[in-house]
Amino acid sequence: MISAAYNFAYLDEQTKRMIRRAILKAVAIPGYQVPFASREMPMPYGWGTGGVQVTAAVLGPDDVLKVIDQGADDTTNAVAIRGFFEKTARVRTTTATAEATVIQTRHRIPEEPLTAGQILVYQVPIPEPLRFLEPRETETRKMHALTEYGLMHVKLYEDIARHGHIATTYAYPVHVAGRYVMDPSPIPKFDNPKMNDCEALQLFGAGREKRIYAIPPHTEVVSLDFEDHPFRVQEFAEPCALCGSTGVYLDEVILDDRGGRMFVCSDTDYCTSHRPSGPDDQSAAEWENAR
Amino acid sequence: MSLAPETGLDTAKGAAPAADADLPLLRVSGLSKFYGDRVGCRDVSLAVWPGEVLAIAGESGSGKTTLLNCLATRLTPTSGVVEYRMRDGSVRDLYRLSEAEQRLLMRTDWGFVHQNPIDGLRMNVSAGANVGERLMAVGARHYGKLRSEAERWLERVEIPASRIDDDPRAFSGGMRQRLQIARNLVTGPRLIFMDEPTGGLDVSVQARLLDLLRQLVADLGLAVVIVTHDLAVARLLSHRMMVMKGGEVIEEGLTDRILDDPREPYTQLLVSSILQV
Amino acid sequence: MYVAVKGGETAIRNAHRLVADKRRGDRSVPSISLDQIVNQLALAVDRVMAEGSLYDPELAALAIKQARGDMIEAIFLLRAFRTTAPRFGFSEPLDTSNMLVERRISATFKDLPGGQLLGPTFDYTHRLLDPELAGDAEIPAPELAEAGDGVMPRVTDLLGQEGLIEADADAGEEAETGDLTREPLSFPADRALRLQALARGDEGFLLSLGYSTQRGYARSHPFAGEIRLGEVEVMVEIPELGFTVSIGRIEVTECQMINQFKGSAKVPPQFTRGYGLVFGHAERKAMSMALVDRALRWRELGEEKTAPAQDEEFVLSHSDNVQATGFVEHLKLPHYVDFQAELELVRRMRAKHEAAVRDSAGQDESKAKQQEAAE
Repeated sequence: MISAAYNFAYLDEQTKRMIRRAILKAVAIPGYQVPFASREMPMPYGWGTGGVQVTAAVLGPDDVLKVIDQGADDTTNAVAIRGFFEKTARVRTTTATAEATVIQTRHRIPEEPLTAGQILVYQVPIPEPLRFLEPRETETRKMHALTEYGLMHVKLYEDIARHGHIATTYAYPVHVAGRYVMDPSPIPKFDNPKMNDCEALQLFGAGREKRIYAIPPHTEVVSLDFEDHPFRVQEFAEPCALCGSTGVYLDEVILDDRGGRMFVCSDTDYCTSHRPSGPDDQSAAEWENAR
Repeated sequence: MSLAPETGLDTAKGAAPAADADLPLLRVSGLSKFYGDRVGCRDVSLAVWPGEVLAIAGESGSGKTTLLNCLATRLTPTSGVVEYRMRDGSVRDLYRLSEAEQRLLMRTDWGFVHQNPIDGLRMNVSAGANVGERLMAVGARHYGKLRSEAERWLERVEIPASRIDDDPRAFSGGMRQRLQIARNLVTGPRLIFMDEPTGGLDVSVQARLLDLLRQLVADLGLAVVIVTHDLAVARLLSHRMMVMKGGEVIEEGLTDRILDDPREPYTQLLVSSILQV
Repeated sequence: MYVAVKGGETAIRNAHRLVADKRRGDRSVPSISLDQIVNQLALAVDRVMAEGSLYDPELAALAIKQARGDMIEAIFLLRAFRTTAPRFGFSEPLDTSNMLVERRISATFKDLPGGQLLGPTFDYTHRLLDPELAGDAEIPAPELAEAGDGVMPRVTDLLGQEGLIEADADAGEEAETGDLTREPLSFPADRALRLQALARGDEGFLLSLGYSTQRGYARSHPFAGEIRLGEVEVMVEIPELGFTVSIGRIEVTECQMINQFKGSAKVPPQFTRGYGLVFGHAERKAMSMALVDRALRWRELGEEKTAPAQDEEFVLSHSDNVQATGFVEHLKLPHYVDFQAELELVRRMRAKHEAAVRDSAGQDESKAKQQEAAE
């Protein structure tokens, strides 16, 4: 019987080298989807295998890793992935955004601005922004190669014609460095502006679809729109019920079956560090009681 | 309509300088297309001048659609040269253009009207988006302007502007065909290819469409290559015509001359069988 | 999400304990051994090896046990193990004409050199539940013939002598065969890569696609030229030695499907091939694979593409059950953030709609009032 002895951060060095090459190419051509020989990972496709492979390839023993899912460090999938790297790479982990050198995320960009030297690794389910307009890979690659992005605006045009505004709320397509149209992964469009001119390196891994792409630091990232229907982010009417922050993305928590609800920060680290008296403050306690 | 500057497109209608009117827009020499041993079309040469309508007539299987597709870079010919005079006046071999250039040409300076509008429309987006697509493809990014341009073109092809947000699925056959035409004309092309544009329509609808086409072609100074089996269509629309049989051009000349005084026995047969009904 | 903050880590730990408990089940029933799985659930083991792309019955049995009999989960476990294994090289092509044949049938010839050999098959059994199997009844030893002189030429080779069937494609000496597990699949894919993808593709998916070709969606008039099952030697060239050595035997099922082809301008009419090769005993999979392989060759054979089974991007992008199950099941993961965004949008649009309705109602009312006043 076998005894499984795995390499640092699970992947063998050959595989890591292959992934790093893809990452380098991706950094050199911002927004371009680089095909890579995605491996089967010990977690299901669609659960972050692309992000995990990218993280495994960039992680060194001195790195400090943070993993979030839906903005939170302790959602089950984030816990599982963090546990995976604690076990296979024995790296230090953290929940504090500022402390982390590598942050793997699913569906959010942390509220706290990222800084130079940090790497944000996104988990991507469908890397192709044109996929739902054109299902064929051969055709979408051609469209990217020839910069034929008219169809993308046809979709936005239709939104405005039907709803009076652009009805895409997440995975909102962006134009990277004036060349490639890119899917930012299913982050809410609220987070889109954070990608622009970001100090950190942003890497995107799609395991099932076998693609890696990147936004190097200080790259121009523009959300697609029309001149007379400019891109706008979501706004929340009330501040976070726990920490009182405004201008952050909020999750809605249903409190009872009588329509009671509250809005709290989706970024748990940000929320915790912005509470007037730590995590056990009054409003949190009130909420706990309310449950 | 403001277009992206890098496309270098001049959308002013009929912008060809007068001096260039003497030069052909499209010139074809020795074009053949074989499917294995079977002949699609053989050794065809022709030229189309700005503002001129050329009809290619013949029965089904005569090779006229093959020829049209070879001209429009939709089908690579086996041999022969197809040259096009670009907007900057340079003459280019179409099959030496990069795919990017071909595709840009297709959606800016050219139009292609399919017999079945379903092939030429996006059936799942609104009429407005259908008309606006080419403009967005070349960089138009102002929703309001796109809309007013779409409205203008819809009215121009006799579709009420109030139907701008309807899907083509909700349109009649004749309306769909007119929408397809509007969608092609919005970038101010100089050359339009048409494949039996009135083919699937009722006779009364055909007449109305032909009338509209004739008017648009004259107003916009379009050059047109139109494939038809219907000599009445050729008579109404075209200045010159070519008759094809078995993949070869057997007779060509001014449309009136051919229809009034066909020389080839086959043409005589066609003319007598169709026009005397 | 805040609710999950406290519970996440503990919940996962407890879930793992619970699944271990469920896996073991009633402790008074003896734990199933890997030997038992390898021997008595051999076809399950074969399927896991085939779609897990790893020939190791014991590991496959372990995967089945760990997955509680969930085949796709077991395949996934084996794949995840396989992916970390280093690649030392690749074997010579298997010589299936030198197979130690356990079963060999042809639907195209009544008799042929080497004969028909029914072997262990469910075919022609009556599908009646056998209560005796519920117990531990004595099973008589099988009747075994002496091994023949080993000459069992492939049916397709026999046809090939007359030129009645297309020759096996010759990739050429220098041609490099791609490796699906090392390079990302790109389209159009060559036949070798397509076959690799099909060989590890989901049996059910290929079965349905193969079936669809028989029902007219890219019909190819197939005949089961030959199906053979048995052990073949795996030969590997060792660069240091400069010659090939056998590294062992594996059991495979091979299906050569013979299909109609009208011929073209250049090629006289002849039969064409569809090919299937699968680890272990897996006839259904090998046959389905051969049908789909043939359907995917439409371009090369100048046929018209009309059906799903011919659509390379469609077939190859969706045949892998590990990918498919991951993506379908990822819908279980939290999507609060995106859902919140949609929720906000729908609320806003509904509010706008209500306002519009109110406005027009208001207008109607005022109109009605005006009318009343006018009257």
